[in-house]
Parts: sequence; structure tokens; C-alpha cells
Amino acid sequence: MPKKRDAKKINFTSIAEVPTMPMSLGSMLWNKTGTWRNIRPEIKLEDCIQCGICWKFCPDMSILIENEWPVVDYDFCKGCGICAEECPAKCIVMVEERK
Amino acid sequence: MKKVIMGNHALSYGAMLARSQVIAAYPITPQTQVVELLSEMCADGTLDAKFIKVESEHSAMAACIGASAAGARAFTATSAQGLALMHEMLHWAAGERVPVVMGNVNRAMAPGWTIWADQNDSLSQRDTGWMQYYCASNQEVVDTVLQAFKVSEALSIPSMVILDAFALSHTYEVVDIPEAAKVDAYLPPFRPLYKLTPSDPRAFGGLTSPEHYMELRYKLQKDMEKAPALIEATGREFEKIFGRYLGLVDPYLCEDAEIILVTSGTAGYTARVAVDAMRAAGTKVGNLRIKVFRPFPFEAVRKYTAAAKKIAVVDRNISYGHHGIFSQELKSAVYGHADGKPVFGFIAGLGGRDITPASFKEVVDYAIAHEQPEAEIVWIGAKI
Amino acid sequence: MSKEKKMKLSLPTEELVGSGNLACQGCGATLAMRYFLKALGPKTVLCIPACCWSVIDGPYPYSCLGVPVHHSAFETAASTATGVKAGLQMTGDNETTVVAWGGDGGTFDIGLQALSGAAERNDDIIYVCYDNEAYMNTGIQRSSATPLGAWTTTTPVKFFKDQPKKDIDAIMAAHRIPYQATASISYPEDVYKKAKKAKDVKGTRFLHIYAPCPTGWKSRPEDTIKLGRMVVQNCIFPLFEVEHGEKYTLTMKPANKKPIDDYLKLQGRFRHLKPETIKVMQEAVDHEWTRLLKLCENR
Repeated sequence: MPKKRDAKKINFTSIAEVPTMPMSLGSMLWNKTGTWRNIRPEIKLEDCIQCGICWKFCPDMSILIENEWPVVDYDFCKGCGICAEECPAKCIVMVEERK
Repeated sequence: MKKVIMGNHALSYGAMLARSQVIAAYPITPQTQVVELLSEMCADGTLDAKFIKVESEHSAMAACIGASAAGARAFTATSAQGLALMHEMLHWAAGERVPVVMGNVNRAMAPGWTIWADQNDSLSQRDTGWMQYYCASNQEVVDTVLQAFKVSEALSIPSMVILDAFALSHTYEVVDIPEAAKVDAYLPPFRPLYKLTPSDPRAFGGLTSPEHYMELRYKLQKDMEKAPALIEATGREFEKIFGRYLGLVDPYLCEDAEIILVTSGTAGYTARVAVDAMRAAGTKVGNLRIKVFRPFPFEAVRKYTAAAKKIAVVDRNISYGHHGIFSQELKSAVYGHADGKPVFGFIAGLGGRDITPASFKEVVDYAIAHEQPEAEIVWIGAKI
Repeated sequence: MSKEKKMKLSLPTEELVGSGNLACQGCGATLAMRYFLKALGPKTVLCIPACCWSVIDGPYPYSCLGVPVHHSAFETAASTATGVKAGLQMTGDNETTVVAWGGDGGTFDIGLQALSGAAERNDDIIYVCYDNEAYMNTGIQRSSATPLGAWTTTTPVKFFKDQPKKDIDAIMAAHRIPYQATASISYPEDVYKKAKKAKDVKGTRFLHIYAPCPTGWKSRPEDTIKLGRMVVQNCIFPLFEVEHGEKYTLTMKPANKKPIDDYLKLQGRFRHLKPETIKVMQEAVDHEWTRLLKLCENR
């Protein structure tokens, strides 16, 4: 499981640091895909029925569950809109990204 | 223990003594007996290995790469069209740095369909990043498989152990089969630095941008540059245990030779018969058999050709539109070192045509009669 | 907000696919991996041939996945996986599941020989094909998994693909492998269940997972789940299992089978289709569905 602590880009400062085999040395968590977003999901928790569907269908693992409630991880949410589309309570709206 | 075995079975014995753990292979003449014997060895328990009967050579190499990446010692064998089909995966093995060892029986490329010897199959794989050993006897085949694994695993670079179709593959010779316990001391189990394991999950071979690709290839080249010294060192170590040295080149009467015949594979031993006869007739000829083609033994070649007046390279291969491949390599090795010494390039024995002592006599006669070669290629034994 | 109940989660929370990956917005292939790895767990090795996932995973020296990955040549997913399994077994690991994870191009087309070889030998691997119905990674070229009527960059609208999709499931059934199933990313619990089932079977197992691709299908990213649901409801991509090539079981029978029109309308790749072509496509779907129902009844 990639750890948040791996969240840095790797910069080799010398050839000695380059591995012999072409292999991974860290996760992709440095890559904040939230910057790809044009629209952002906003969850109106007062209408949320805690069904977990937004979490289940998120292709970017960007609906986090905190204290039994869904929370959007804006660092990584790419803004696909699946959560809003699939929410049975219609409590997620996609709004224009504030740049 | 001494046994009379064919060259193909010498490869099988080498792979067995190396305790290969995964073998993936596909039949092709004239290699097939290598894997036939190995499958018997796996079946009767002589060898504790998984034998994967793949549906193509391409899959054979893919499976060996997978097995090696998982930390197992992997072996396969092929020939000609099979090797060509593997081509993509040869790059893959070297690029991924997995120390697979493969036997290749040198067979000419079709069309027309042929099963007889020449070196165009393996030499077409020159730039894939594999080490290449060209053997001249069945004893050398067994011994070299063991050395190849040792060097490959130390450098994370795959190796090809090569023998001529029929002239070696189907020829029976006395072979001193190395004792298993001594082999184990020479070649300990494969312990890769990194492997596919859930306890240290890593992705191997991912998309590599221009920012990173070149350094990985630099490292491959740097490790390949370490190979000549390592081959010599492991060859000496082998000699200490088994009494037979395994070097980069095999010189024969080169010290005082005016003309050096450069050969590879079984033609090397044929050349010696010719050398002895010509020496008896007063011609100062020597033979330098190049055993290791990749890495190319630059220093050894320069050393053994330094005193000669002329170099005559006999190639059982051709680079169309250029000339013989060993001849090209020789020229590049002596460039700037040989004081304008002529390098004669001869092509002989394509598609299994015999290379005889008379062929070498013709080569040497030509080299004596000409100050410089009249062309980049002098054809020997061709009906032209 | 005053409600104090637990969230209803139908899948385990452990994630082996990490964020920051390079998938497009609304990617079905990413969901396929996410659900699959929830079922398989960390003791898994993936062999990934050239496909979208060789990019999604992230470039060297990174990987978004929490399991070991072997990026493999295009046509070698199955053969590499066979080698990895043998290598693990010979080095004392009999526990780890080895998975070949390829797209439709790497499965239906270039990797079919290696897959057939592994299946014939009944090698102990799971082969997963996530099917987005074209070569998406190279920029949307037709594969033999592309459905009839679809636009791709090599089947322009004037010459849209006029052959039906290759029946890979029948090909795999012909190998009499112990377990195979189809699944759609819009039914995650079903993907999970089938992956779990596959994990516990020995021999070659094949999962064919339908994975919508907004980029290649010219659909809206938010419609990914809807499309994966509709394709099951209209019986274009029915969900079923086959055991030993013979025992067919329908795992989801739509209450009332929907026409294909609405599904086609959501995708730009079918926009050019005339009613007469849609009629032909509908008839083909009906025919295949009837055929499948017979297979499921005849067992």
C-alpha cells in the first residue's frame, strides 16, 4: 500500500543512485492530479445518506471516509463527476473549479 | 566422470549442473535434444526444475524473464528462426537486467529452409545487450554454461552459449562432466538484489521518459564493460577447481606468427589442423579463436595480434552491404593500434557448407599473396 | 449531519491502487483494478503488457500499485505470468497469486497465442482482460474487441467497423479452463465476488471485465458507471460464469431487457449510426443473448 510519506518526486543526484534494474522506488502520490480538474464535487453532508456509493465508484480513490462521512480528497480528485452522477441522494454537485 | 555426449546434451548437462530452476522451451532443429534431455531430467528427478512447454520461442523467453524476475535461475535453448522470434524478448531480458542463460545452436536463417550451421542467427542479436560465448567443443559447452550463469548473475546481464549446428550439436565427444558438489561450490544459488515479491512490492520495467532512460542504459554498458575481467577471473576460478581455463579468447601459436587466422566456433579447431600443416611447411601462422563476442575482448585481441604482420578473419556469417561481422569487429578493435596492419576478411561456410583445413590453406595463401585485400570480402568455397 | 450511523460499505476499504495515477477522468480500467485487488489482496503479482495500465501505473521510478508489477511485452502477459508463477514456486512461494492483466488488444489480438498456450497447459494463473473495446493507449484504434458499428481512428465513420466483436469468452471456454467469468465495473460487488472465486481455483482462470473508456468512446466521464450498467441491462455484455468450459451460469439476469438505443446514444463512437444499422446490431445482440440463455439452460 503506497504510503503518504512516499509522496515526493525522486531526483537522482548521481548515477550511483540510479537502480541497476528499471524499477519503482516510490508511489505516485507526489502527482497531485487535483490540478487536472475543471469542475469539483461538493458534498452536502446534510443530505447524505451514507450509502458509500460515491466512495465505491470513485476511480481516483479520492472519496475518503472520515468519521463515517464521505470527504473529497481535492489533492487527487480529477473531477470526473461520477460521484455526483451516481449519488442516489443527489447530495453531490459539480461546481466550476475556482482557480 | 567422463561421458561421450553430443553437443546438445552438453548444454543439457550444463543447465542441469547449474541447478536451473525454470526451463521454458520450444522445439527447433537442431536444438531439440537439449530440451528433450532436460525434460527427461525433470521427469526422473535428476533436476528439480519446472519445465514449461511453451507454445513458441517468444513465450519461452517471456517465461524465462518472468521466472528470473521472480528470483529463479532460468534456462532455455533455441536456434535460428526461434532466436529471431525471441528478438524482442532478448532486448527485454537485458533491459530488465535478468540473468537468463540460453543455449543457441548456430543455424543459418531461412529462406530457403535450412537447418545447417552459420552464425547469422546469433550475430543478428549482437546489440540486444546479451553476452555471447562461442564454443568449440562439447567440454567447453558444459563448462561455459556454468561460467555464464556465474557471470550473468554477478552482473545482471543475460548470456547466450553458442555452438555450431551439427559440427558440435550432433557430434559426440568425450566430456568430463563436472562433479555436482564442486559445481555447487563454484556456482552458489541465485540471489537477486531485487525480485518480484509481495514483501517488497516494486514495479519493474515501467514507462521510462527521456529524463531517465539513458542512465539505465549507461549502467548496462558499464556493467558489460566489467564482464571481460570477470570472465577471466571466473575462468581462473574454474580452472582451480576443474583444471580447465575459460577465457575470452583461445590463442594457438600466436606469439611468433606472421599471419593470424581469426576464427570462432568449431572452425577454430579446424583452423589448428591447418595451422599445424602450414607450420610444418614453414609458414608462420597462428590461430586466435574468439570465444567471447560480447563483450568484445578488445585487449586480448590486440595483444595476440600485435606481433603479426597480417590478420586474416574467417567469418561464417555476413552483414549484407557490409562484410563479415567478426572482420568488422577486428578492424574496430585494432583501429589506432595496428600501424596499418591489413585485416583480410574471408567469408566461408554459410548455410552449413564445410570449412575444411583446405579452406584455411586457401585463406593463408591469399593473405601471403596480397599486401592488402583486393576487396572487403574474399569468398572461400563459394561457386562463383 | 446529526445522523450517527455507520457508512454502508459493500467492499473492503483497503486500497492497493494509489491516487496520483495517470488514468484519464472517469476511467473504467482503474476501477476494474481497484475492485480486483480488493479481492486478491497484497499477495499478488501483476504482469501487465502494453496497455492503458502500463501508463496508469505511473512512470519509472514510480508505481501507484501496492503489489509487485512486471511490465511485460505486449504479447507476453500470459507467458510471463506462467514464468513468474514457476519462479515463485521454485523459490518457495506457493502462496502468491500471479495475474496477467491486459487490455483487449493484448488479449483478443496480439496476446491470444500466449493466452491460449497458458490455458491449454492450464497454468496456475489468473488472466484478466479489462475490455475497453479498442487500442486506447495508442489513441483509439480498432481491435478485434471493438463492437460492430463503432468509430475508431482506424475505422472512420464512413467505414465504421463492420465485423462483430470477437467472442473471446467462447474461445476461452473452448480451452475447458476451470473457471472464467464476465464482469462489469458497474457491479463492483460482482467483480469482487468473481475475483475471490477465481483466486481460490487452481489452474487457468479468465476474467473478462467490461471497462468503459470516456476518452475512446467519446462519452462523458460521469457516464462511465451508467454505461457499464446499461451494457449489462441491454444484454450486449451479459454477466455469466463458465466452469470447465461447459457449466454456464448467468450471474445477472436483467428484469426487463432494454433496447440498445439509449446505450449507443451516450457514446460519440456510435453517433454516426443510421437506424438500419442499429436494427442489425439489435438483432445480433438478441441472437447472442438467446444463444447464451440456451447455454445456461442446457447445463
